[in-house]
Amino acid sequence: MSEKIFGIHAAALELRSQRMGVLTSNIANAATPGYKARDIDFSAALDAKLDPSARTPDLVYRRPTMPSLDGNTVEMGREQVAFAENALRYSASLSFLQGKVNNITRALKGE
Amino acid sequence: MVSDGKPMTLFSMTENAMSAQLVRMNAATSNLANAGSVASSEDQAYRPIRAVFATELDRASGISSIRTEGLVRSEVEPNKRYEPNNPMADEDGFIWEAPVDETAEMVEIMESSRQYQNMVQALQTAKQLMLETLRSN
Repeated sequence: MSEKIFGIHAAALELRSQRMGVLTSNIANAATPGYKARDIDFSAALDAKLDPSARTPDLVYRRPTMPSLDGNTVEMGREQVAFAENALRYSASLSFLQGKVNNITRALKGE
Repeated sequence: MVSDGKPMTLFSMTENAMSAQLVRMNAATSNLANAGSVASSEDQAYRPIRAVFATELDRASGISSIRTEGLVRSEVEPNKRYEPNNPMADEDGFIWEAPVDETAEMVEIMESSRQYQNMVQALQTAKQLMLETLRSN
């Protein structure tokens, strides 16, 4: 039911929130030796979310531009940009959802 | 410690990360504070300490937090100096000075504080988005 009303946006919002956790993990572990930065493959994860029979894809590892001596693959700039982008897209998904809810409320009230 | 078996949230994760940075900053500050301290034997001399971090993965949420594995004392040799007038000098007139690299410690503190700021910023953004989601109707 909720899928019919909200379409892709509910799943997208959930994934955005998950991705925020993963990206924050990367930022938090910027100084942990041997830590490998990870990310969610968003389109694959979204496809899996919309198709109930598919299994959730694993997180993907980031390919570092330049390897570091301690084996850590977090690149701060990249993570920060990804985090900002993700936050923005979360906001976008949220306002789409808000729009849908507003539409339905208006229809229910019969304005 | 995956906080008492509870699933890890963004909040508990940033909390852990921030306290880990505090440990690191405290270690570097103690090193700086002990820079220049002397001892009368090699064993008594202060040796710099470093925090060791490890990742802690919460499989359920895919969030990986950070944990301070412990503090290690570095194996650097103290600087031996001939200073017979120093009250701390041994019978041969030598003192041992703590082998602290002030510049390295300052850099460590700067990096740690930047990292702390990063976590605060990330937490603020995440909190703001969650509040927006809660309040939207």
